[in-house]
Amino acid sequence: MIHYVLLIFMAVVALGLARQRNLFAVVILFGIYSFTAALLYVVMDAVDVAFTEAAVGAGISTVLMVATLALTSTEEKPATWRVCPLLVVTLTGAVLIYGTLDMPRYGDPSAPIHQHVAPHYIEKSAAEVGPPNIVTSVLASYRGYDTLGEVIVIFTAAAGVLVLLGRYRPKKRRVPSRKDQAVARKTTTRKAAARKASSP
Amino acid sequence: MIYGATVAALLVIMGLSLVRAFKGPTVYDRMVAANTFGTLTVITLAVYGFMRGRPEFLDIALVYAVINFIGTIAVAKFVKFSHLGHPAGDDHGGDI
Repeated sequence: MIHYVLLIFMAVVALGLARQRNLFAVVILFGIYSFTAALLYVVMDAVDVAFTEAAVGAGISTVLMVATLALTSTEEKPATWRVCPLLVVTLTGAVLIYGTLDMPRYGDPSAPIHQHVAPHYIEKSAAEVGPPNIVTSVLASYRGYDTLGEVIVIFTAAAGVLVLLGRYRPKKRRVPSRKDQAVARKTTTRKAAARKASSP
Repeated sequence: MIYGATVAALLVIMGLSLVRAFKGPTVYDRMVAANTFGTLTVITLAVYGFMRGRPEFLDIALVYAVINFIGTIAVAKFVKFSHLGHPAGDDHGGDI
C-alpha cells in the first residue's frame, strides 16, 4: 500500500517538475523527489541503494544544482508544446512498460536472478571471503575487478574536473613601490583616526 | 495497527507539504515544505521499521536526518548571498 502512495507522490512531483518554470522551485522539488525515491527504496528493502539516493540525490546534487543556479538565471523560458516529442516519449514509455510485463513478480524467489550465483554467495561467502555482510563480500571480492574499474572511473572524473577548473592560485605579491607605501600609510592613519573617533 | 495508522497519517501530511511545495508563492514556502518533507521521511522510515518489526531502520532514519539539512542550508545560503562561496569577498578561499 505504502508503495503505491509513494509511487503516486513521485509521479505527481515529476509532473510538477516538468510544469514548473522557476528553477529554484525545480531544485527544491528535486530534493523532495529524491527523498521519496529513497523512502521507496527502503520500503523495498534496498537499503544501500536508498543510502546512495539520499546522499547523492537529496544531499550533494541539490548543492551542486544551487551552485549552478548561481552561475545562470533562475527563470526558465516559457515552454512550447510540440506534438512530436510527446509522441516519442509516450511511445518509449509504452515500450518500456511492455518490456516489464515479462519480468518476474517483485520478490519472487524463483526469479532467474535468484537462481544463478546468488545461492552460492549466500551459502559460501562467509567461508570463502569472511565478512558476514554478503553485499560487502560480493563488492569487494567476487566483483573486485568491477569495483576497481568503478574507482578508476571516479578518479578519472575527479582528475578531469580538477584539470578543467584549474587550481587555486594565491594572488601574486608584487614589491610595494614607494607611492603604494605612502598610500597605505595614509589609509592606515585614516582608519586609526576613524577607530579612535568611533570608540567611546 | 497503530503503526499503520501513523504511517497513513504521515503520508497524508507528506501530501499536504507537497501541495505547499507546488503552490508556495515564495522561495521560503518551498524551502520549509522541502525540509518538512525530509523530516517526515525520517519519521515515516522510523515508524515503518517498527511496523515491520525491523527497528534497525532507525539507524537509516538518523542518517537521513543528517543528510536532510544540507540541501536546505545550501538553498538558504544561496538566497542570502546569491552564491555559495566567498561571502566576505577577500582571498581566504570561501567556506564551502
